[in-house]
Amino acid sequence: MATVPLTDAVQPRRAPASEPLRRFLQVARGAGLRVSAAEGIDAARAVQLIGYSDRAILKDTLALILAKTPDEKVVYDETFDLYFQRSEFTERPPPPQSARPQPNTPPGSPPSEAEANASGPPLSELLMGEDSAALATAMEMAANEAGVENIRYFTQKNRYVRQILERMGLKEIEREITLLRAQETPEAQARAQALDDAMERLWDAARDFVERSLLLFARGETEQMRERILKQARLENVDRRDLERMRILVRQIAKRLATRYSRKRRRKQRGQLDVRRTLRRNMAWGGIPFLTTWKYKQLDKPRVMVLCDVSGSVAWVAEFLLMLIYSLNEVLADVRAFAYTSTMSEVSDILENRTIDDAISHIMTTIGFGSSNYGSSLEDFEAGWTCDVTNKTSIIILGDARGNGTDPRTEILARIANRAKRVIWLNPEYRSSWGTGDSDMYRYAPYCNMVRVCASLNDLERVVTDLLEKDS
Amino acid sequence: MQTSEQRNPQDIIPSIDAVEAGLSSVGYIPTRQISTAIYIAHHLRKPILVEGPAGVGKTELAKSVASWLDLPLIRMQCYEGLDESKALYEWKYGKQLLYTQILRDKVSALIGETDSLAHALDRLHSFGDVFFSKNFLEPRPLLRALEQPRGAVLLIDEIDKSDQEFEAFLLEILSDYQVTIPEIGSVTATVPPIVLLTSNSTRDLGDALKRRCLHLHIGFPDEKLEARIIASRVPGIEARLLAQLVSFVQQLRVLDLKKLPSVSESIDWARVMVLMHTAVLAEDIVRETLNVLLKFESDIEAASKQVAEIARKAQQAVVMSN
Repeated sequence: MATVPLTDAVQPRRAPASEPLRRFLQVARGAGLRVSAAEGIDAARAVQLIGYSDRAILKDTLALILAKTPDEKVVYDETFDLYFQRSEFTERPPPPQSARPQPNTPPGSPPSEAEANASGPPLSELLMGEDSAALATAMEMAANEAGVENIRYFTQKNRYVRQILERMGLKEIEREITLLRAQETPEAQARAQALDDAMERLWDAARDFVERSLLLFARGETEQMRERILKQARLENVDRRDLERMRILVRQIAKRLATRYSRKRRRKQRGQLDVRRTLRRNMAWGGIPFLTTWKYKQLDKPRVMVLCDVSGSVAWVAEFLLMLIYSLNEVLADVRAFAYTSTMSEVSDILENRTIDDAISHIMTTIGFGSSNYGSSLEDFEAGWTCDVTNKTSIIILGDARGNGTDPRTEILARIANRAKRVIWLNPEYRSSWGTGDSDMYRYAPYCNMVRVCASLNDLERVVTDLLEKDS
Repeated sequence: MQTSEQRNPQDIIPSIDAVEAGLSSVGYIPTRQISTAIYIAHHLRKPILVEGPAGVGKTELAKSVASWLDLPLIRMQCYEGLDESKALYEWKYGKQLLYTQILRDKVSALIGETDSLAHALDRLHSFGDVFFSKNFLEPRPLLRALEQPRGAVLLIDEIDKSDQEFEAFLLEILSDYQVTIPEIGSVTATVPPIVLLTSNSTRDLGDALKRRCLHLHIGFPDEKLEARIIASRVPGIEARLLAQLVSFVQQLRVLDLKKLPSVSESIDWARVMVLMHTAVLAEDIVRETLNVLLKFESDIEAASKQVAEIARKAQQAVVMSN
């Protein structure tokens, strides 16, 4: 597109994206905005309409086209400011494309002296001169040649810094400094020292520049990678500093599931004519059934009781499971939560009356982190709450089934399972360690409709999707 | 108001400033972003998807654009189960039935002299699709918007309430300003309407829909803008009371409430104040009328603890010069 010749006579309807815009779109994609080709064309047309002169209007305009959710608007705002802050965008004639080397020159092949000198005055003059803008421009140009927009990971930082400096004439400066030092005259020494200091500053500036570019071009990619890793990580291993990000991920999952399952609460029953409604609908033309109405089956929202082990190692998973379940209140009816270590207690009230993060930390501090006894916990549950278990209730039990050698009381689980619609057991341990040591998993398993390993966010999402899917 | 000579679509909205002036003239104070959106949407011929909390003037924007440009406003309220027979067109079954009854004699006269069934059918065919023509078509909002000779403002309200299938059905009209009626063919707009879709984000809209639209997010206005909006909607209000009122509402929005008071609520509240001849925002009056601003019992309870302090701060608000 950018190669379409633009003549004054022809005003093309679909303008070729101008260079700054094209680069900005690339930056926006790097930052995680999903900009389609069609949106790129729209952006080009809009920019053609309003021009670059008023930065505020330009920002508003591109925001209309490129950012389509509140989250994206935030990312967009940051990206726009970062990008158009850069000195590169000051009106400067585009350098001739043909005279430049390919941007993707492999590292370690320094440009020839001719090239380095061709792009402007020699570096030493720039360094000693007062014109910092010229230096910045030179750095921008060198960075473009080095292809800094392809940077993706922080490990590439040093490589790009070196490449930029080499393109600006690092070799020549070093040679000059060595020569000056060899001369042993006071002026030469002083000049060498000054050049050395200036070089030091230039290194810092280049490092700074590459860091900003990394922020600009690679943020989206880095975030995506981190999120992918976090979703697969075992919840107990998740670092404390990633907690906030995990919470955001849980909310995202909940939102996705909620939108997918909140709508279809009715399903057509194939082939069953709703006679009453059909007649009513066709009254206008004498009851001749032009339009037919079919019977619907009302689908129940799943009723859920969650029994969470909040002892030791399981506690982390409990936190995320509760968070996910409670973020899904749109699609679940009547969620009740229980926490247990050796006794069972209902925590629904705490979860409903406080914000979710606050409630969970409250539960963990008051009940959590003891040693677990499944038998007595189940006994408590049967005594207190079995009367509320109906054939519409799905019971989710989260625990590693390690009762520290206490009586597992499997017969209680059997009775509960008889009453409930189904029992799902989530175990954060790997399948290979079930049944080893004090694990009673295989004793409980026969009474459960489903036993699943549940250790990462991905597992959690799969389990809850099953819960929603099987009920409808 | 624009005069009727300016019919040429390119002339209606010459600049962003014109949008701002035009909307202000009909009592809608737009932000720069809103004016830009209307301007761009008009020139790129793209629909605008307006999102934001309830009561910030999403629907009002469409109404104001229509009254500024003196175009008919065609509004389609979305709900679950909305389908094309309610959104696009419907055959007038009753009329068709009635006509076949009335015309029975004519038809028998017409085909009476034919001797075979095939011949009779040929005769009927020569009259074309009499009963499936535009005369028997009941245009619903979408079709009406396309048929307006001078163009129109089409408001598709609360698109998030409709089903996903309906969203997909809208794609044709949003990208090409045309709809397809199987019995007749495609109907293309004579003058493309200005289309505004609003959403309260109760569900995420599809990417295909979002891609075809400009996305405008209207949030709560800042203090200065809100004062201007209220001043334009409630002309009788005193400057001092206005400043205090706006300051109060702005402070209320910082609290952790279920439903934050919106612009429409603060306008209502301002009207109440004017009606009660209030000169100063006193604490007891605020307490009595808090239910105009806050719509949940728990919110009123939560806020009433801090009313005294907020009201005191609001009383110190200085009159802003516009």
